[in-house]
Amino acid sequence: MKRMLATLLAAAMLVSMSACSSSSSTESSAPGGEPASSEDAAAPEEPPEEDDAAPTADGETIKIGGLAPLTGDVSQYGTAVDNAVKLAVADINAAGGVLGKQVEYICYDEKGDANEAVNAYNKLVNDDGVVALVGDVTSKPTEAVAQRALDDNLPMITASGTAEGITQGRPNVFRACFIDPFQGQLMASYAINKLGAKTAAILFDNGDPYSTGIADAFEAYAKENGLEIVAKEGYQTGTPDFNSQLTTIKEKNPDVLMIPVYYQDVALIAVQAKNLGLTSKMLGADGWDGVLEKIDASNVDALKDVYFCSQYSAESTDENLQSFLATYKETYGLEANMFAVLGYDAMQIMAAAINKAGSTDPDAIIAALGETNYAGLTGTTTFDESNNPVREAIITTVADGAYKFVENYKM
Amino acid sequence: MNVFMTQTLNGLGLGSIYALIALGYSMVYGIVKLINFAHGDIIMVGGYVVLLMMVTMGLPLWMAVIGSVLFCALAGVLIERIAYRRLLNHGAPRISLLITAIGVSIFLQNLFQLIFGSDAKSVPQMFAFPPIAIGSLQIASSTIINIVVSVLMMIGLHLLVNKSRMGKAMRATSEDAGAAMLMGINTNHTVAFTFAVGSALAAVGAVLYCNTYPQLKPVMGNLLGLKAFVAAVLGGIGSIPGAMLGGYILGVAESWTKSYISSNLTDAVVFGILIVVLLLKPTGLLGKNVKEKV
Repeated sequence: MKRMLATLLAAAMLVSMSACSSSSSTESSAPGGEPASSEDAAAPEEPPEEDDAAPTADGETIKIGGLAPLTGDVSQYGTAVDNAVKLAVADINAAGGVLGKQVEYICYDEKGDANEAVNAYNKLVNDDGVVALVGDVTSKPTEAVAQRALDDNLPMITASGTAEGITQGRPNVFRACFIDPFQGQLMASYAINKLGAKTAAILFDNGDPYSTGIADAFEAYAKENGLEIVAKEGYQTGTPDFNSQLTTIKEKNPDVLMIPVYYQDVALIAVQAKNLGLTSKMLGADGWDGVLEKIDASNVDALKDVYFCSQYSAESTDENLQSFLATYKETYGLEANMFAVLGYDAMQIMAAAINKAGSTDPDAIIAALGETNYAGLTGTTTFDESNNPVREAIITTVADGAYKFVENYKM
Repeated sequence: MNVFMTQTLNGLGLGSIYALIALGYSMVYGIVKLINFAHGDIIMVGGYVVLLMMVTMGLPLWMAVIGSVLFCALAGVLIERIAYRRLLNHGAPRISLLITAIGVSIFLQNLFQLIFGSDAKSVPQMFAFPPIAIGSLQIASSTIINIVVSVLMMIGLHLLVNKSRMGKAMRATSEDAGAAMLMGINTNHTVAFTFAVGSALAAVGAVLYCNTYPQLKPVMGNLLGLKAFVAAVLGGIGSIPGAMLGGYILGVAESWTKSYISSNLTDAVVFGILIVVLLLKPTGLLGKNVKEKV
């Protein structure tokens, strides 16, 4: 009994201590003034806007919050999204802002950590009084923040959180990126409708949820729509040898072979398939992006008759996209990547929804988000009942050792 | 039946690479009773040297292969000289040697990560042959090349060990280093030569590996080395034909498991075979029962 009491007391102490430390950490940055350490570093062009906004009353700007890992392991994703959102805000304000007011974007660095993200979220909502949130960037912190946003009924859109659960059961949370299984369905549909495939095989990485998720979705969609799956072969993560699986697949001679894995493995698989004389068309998802850098020029003929989907293609001829890519490069001296493109669209979708809602009432904004029909850099986006985007994907192929844009495809 | 034959050949092709690496493990163990865990990384070194000579220096394939074999042989000798010789000659405990070998392995991996970066590098095509058709069978040319080269290497090694003076010295050192020294054999040279030959074979294995799986990573030696070590133990460590046999069995078992059972179980089956064989025959398939000298 005594021991139990002691344990309980110890536990209580621990809890109170950790609570103290976490609250003190948020407070210590708050009274020191608005510029959190991250903002100094990452948002040099932000402070002057804030100064302009400061003298006018609180209601003169529309505050939209942002969360992104600007430092740490995944900072390259966070920086890309944050940079692009700032460009979107500049465009929106140049075009007259939202509800006739200028948009003020306040972004905090959450270092890729779920706890930091929740702390930063609290600050955005309690101290800054944002009306909506564009964030977070990676799945885990996004999921943590999404739960808080649900409790607060705050309209939220993440540019790039792909985990399926983020939007499930949360009517206020939307996302701009595809979820993984969607790509499986999309490629199955493409194989049936555009490639005229009757039979298909799948080769996937057993140990990777990205790969198994897409493979299962591909299989399910194919079965429902009359595309026969003649072989479904897995492999262990890290193996270089695919000859056995490819021999089995070759024997079945499928019209298409779906390979939903990352580019390094794709390079190995394609060369071994060529060496075995496999002639099926090969399909893939956005993990294929980068495959050309991992395959030597002397082997690049292994990648013929391949089709993979992605959310955007730098080869696309879309004018708005090309002008965004150019502006991004001019402003930041870097090539824009997929995260940047999605970040730009996420902010534009949110701004459009607030305009459509006609007020900053959360329910009105959420309802407007649900009815989104927005033509952006990644195509025309609408949302399905789970708040996942429905829009065309970019189909890319490889020809003469270079990526080649094929078409936009909507299932 | 066709598929079965193809899968068996696929397995032999893969097993050939295991076998070539296993030979190095087996020879070194046979002569100094050291499990040289850095041996798996020698194949990685060999691969990067081929890549460097072919792509950066633009040399033809045959020069790259010879360069890689020489470089690896030299690396093997250097590793023996710097890391192992003092321990061997001063009768250090077996465990110290083992830990040193692991240290060398980690050193090589980190060194190459530092030089070449940790991401995979693509290797150019080496032998541009179309798939080979035997009757109605269609087999990747790399599979046939692997099998032929590994068999040739084993024949060469067999002649070297059994017919040459150096081979005689190797066998003598292996049997009893002290007595060999008394007979006027320079055992230090013999051990160094063994490391050189083992590492040269690993370089040949590296060329075959690159031709079959055209991608290099600094950590690729880990699993490859482990599998080859298993092959050496399976066949009877210290035995040259045993290492070859072990390699082939391992490769074929992997291929059959992938095609007829489940690719999830590949490694489970491979190591399961090892356990069963060792339970039934602790010295391995072709290992000799050495009587303890008193």
